[in-house]
Amino acid sequence: MITRTSKALRAPGGLSVRYQPRATGAVLLLIAVTAAVGIVLIGSGDYPISPAEVVATLMGDGTMAQEFVVQDLRLPRVLVAILVGAALALGGAVFQSISRNPLGSPDVIGFGQGSAVGALTVIVLFHGGQSAVAAGAVVGGLVTGVLIYLLAWKRGVHGFRLVLVGIGAAAMLTAVVHYLITKADLVDATRAVLWMTGSLDGRDWTQFWPLLAMCAVLVPLVLAFGRPLRMLEMGDDSAYALGVRVERVRLTLMCAAVLLVSAATAAAGPIVFVSLSAPQLARRLTRAPGPNLAASACMGAALLLAADWTASNAFGDTELPVGVVTGVVGGVYLLALLVTERKAGRI
Amino acid sequence: MERQQRTDRPATAPGGQRLSADAVTLAYEQRVIARDLSVEIPDHSFTVIVGPNACGKSTLLRALSRMLKPTEGRVLLDGQAIHSLPAKKVAKTLGLLPQSSIAPDGITVADLVARGRYPHQSLLRQWSPEDEAIVQESMAATGVAELGERYVDELSGGQRQRVWIAMALAQQTPLLLLDEPTTYLDIQHQIDVLDLCAELHETQGRTLVAVLHDLNHAARYATHLIAVRDGEIVAEGPPSEVVTAELVERVFGLRCQVIADPETGTPLVVPAARQARAAGRAKAAAAPEALRKQGARAASAAGAGRGSRPPA
Repeated sequence: MITRTSKALRAPGGLSVRYQPRATGAVLLLIAVTAAVGIVLIGSGDYPISPAEVVATLMGDGTMAQEFVVQDLRLPRVLVAILVGAALALGGAVFQSISRNPLGSPDVIGFGQGSAVGALTVIVLFHGGQSAVAAGAVVGGLVTGVLIYLLAWKRGVHGFRLVLVGIGAAAMLTAVVHYLITKADLVDATRAVLWMTGSLDGRDWTQFWPLLAMCAVLVPLVLAFGRPLRMLEMGDDSAYALGVRVERVRLTLMCAAVLLVSAATAAAGPIVFVSLSAPQLARRLTRAPGPNLAASACMGAALLLAADWTASNAFGDTELPVGVVTGVVGGVYLLALLVTERKAGRI
Repeated sequence: MERQQRTDRPATAPGGQRLSADAVTLAYEQRVIARDLSVEIPDHSFTVIVGPNACGKSTLLRALSRMLKPTEGRVLLDGQAIHSLPAKKVAKTLGLLPQSSIAPDGITVADLVARGRYPHQSLLRQWSPEDEAIVQESMAATGVAELGERYVDELSGGQRQRVWIAMALAQQTPLLLLDEPTTYLDIQHQIDVLDLCAELHETQGRTLVAVLHDLNHAARYATHLIAVRDGEIVAEGPPSEVVTAELVERVFGLRCQVIADPETGTPLVVPAARQARAAGRAKAAAAPEALRKQGARAASAAGAGRGSRPPA
């Protein structure tokens, strides 16, 4: 194609794929960054391993000790971080695109809080184990999604209403969270607060596999719906005129996004601001219009890994939960976003 | 020409037009805009729907373009109920230029026009050589070919409207519906857009249906005029037959003269002078009171209707 941002690849038999060279480059770059940070992260800790040794160990050429540290302790944590980051970012990209508003992202409009209510209910009222807490988080996120959809629905979901309803829901759910914590005894309250910070500490293969299963289904589904989602950005009428089944596409994508965010939250707690910032950063990197789904997912993975490395290494002996770092960095980013949005007259 | 009664017309009359509404009742939730409305869009016509604010003309267009599902009756496209047809199939036959389209941030003209090809594409056929040729053609036809690499946000209102029309053209539909395509444009760009529509109608043989505010523009460009008031079709036919002083007063409540347009010979509406209209009002004291009330009702209805739409 002759345009600045897209090219087409054609195969015999009439098959053709449209791609954006800059966006494709951005995706490859982000994958490389993710891999590099992942290798460094696997190598760092109380038992340091050099990057070359990490790669060798991953290939199966490590010592017994290295095998154990890499395969059993650190690799699952890094893989969980990658999936959590990608899932949060992809969910964020979908919601920001549907609401046509960067603030329409799941952590702003109450899904994180909804999952927290679900998880805390299990911890405080039922004293459930880890997998029960994860299930509670998923259920909490889903119920919140349904409620927000119903409240925001008025002959279709419109962006601004979704954001406003979501912010209201987030406030109410936060109140419920605080109520649950005051009800809890000391042990449960500690567990609850720990869960609420969002952490990748001690994540192992038992978190990885269910998350991978969810992502394996939902990520391709969301990516396949990327084309109609792009049409939706021009307004419901324009999308409808082009033959997009507006409500069906929107509902499918919202369900998938809520599931992705809930699954990620179930695995690592409510890690804030990744779904808000990753799609925006990805967009600035690709300079392409549209939801930039693949680039957002890769950006989310890279961001969360980088945040995790910062949390465990940048503060000397104190190892922080990753949620603290994303919270601080993301909060600053949110303020900057609010300022630019205000200047652009969008809020 | 007065509208004829066609109550017993079968849904798929032989020789029937491709697009028609068959006894439709149109409503936004509980508020009924039009009841039992039937209309046919003549094939290969440039049909313009006119009427006062909140008369239901945009609602009618929304129904014809399947944006609004009638609560009763059906809109027929090629003899089939439009709402039962697959969305993409309809999108290959009938295009719409809505009033409120949002240009995504940072999109170029060529990329936006290319989106018009969406109904002809699939996950595995995203960009055929045909798509490319048609996008080029559409941009050339609307005079935006040299703007291809520019960002849509940078363009003037008139250029932007041309780009949106180019996108609708790239959809390659024999029927194209335009909802107030000249709103927010200055007079030169209004004429520019209407010239473009007339050209598309004449050279490409497409059927165009537009809602226009300006009766004189409608009279000059339309080949078929539909005058709507209070959700009813008051008159339809060629402008030369429809646009009379009597009809304008009946539809718009405006006393006027209709003269021949010195440029084209089409009817030209010249509102009566203020004094003459004031004298006319004094004569029929009761009638304008009723008219004003009706106007206020219509205006509040318009407000309610717009409130639920996305902002333009």
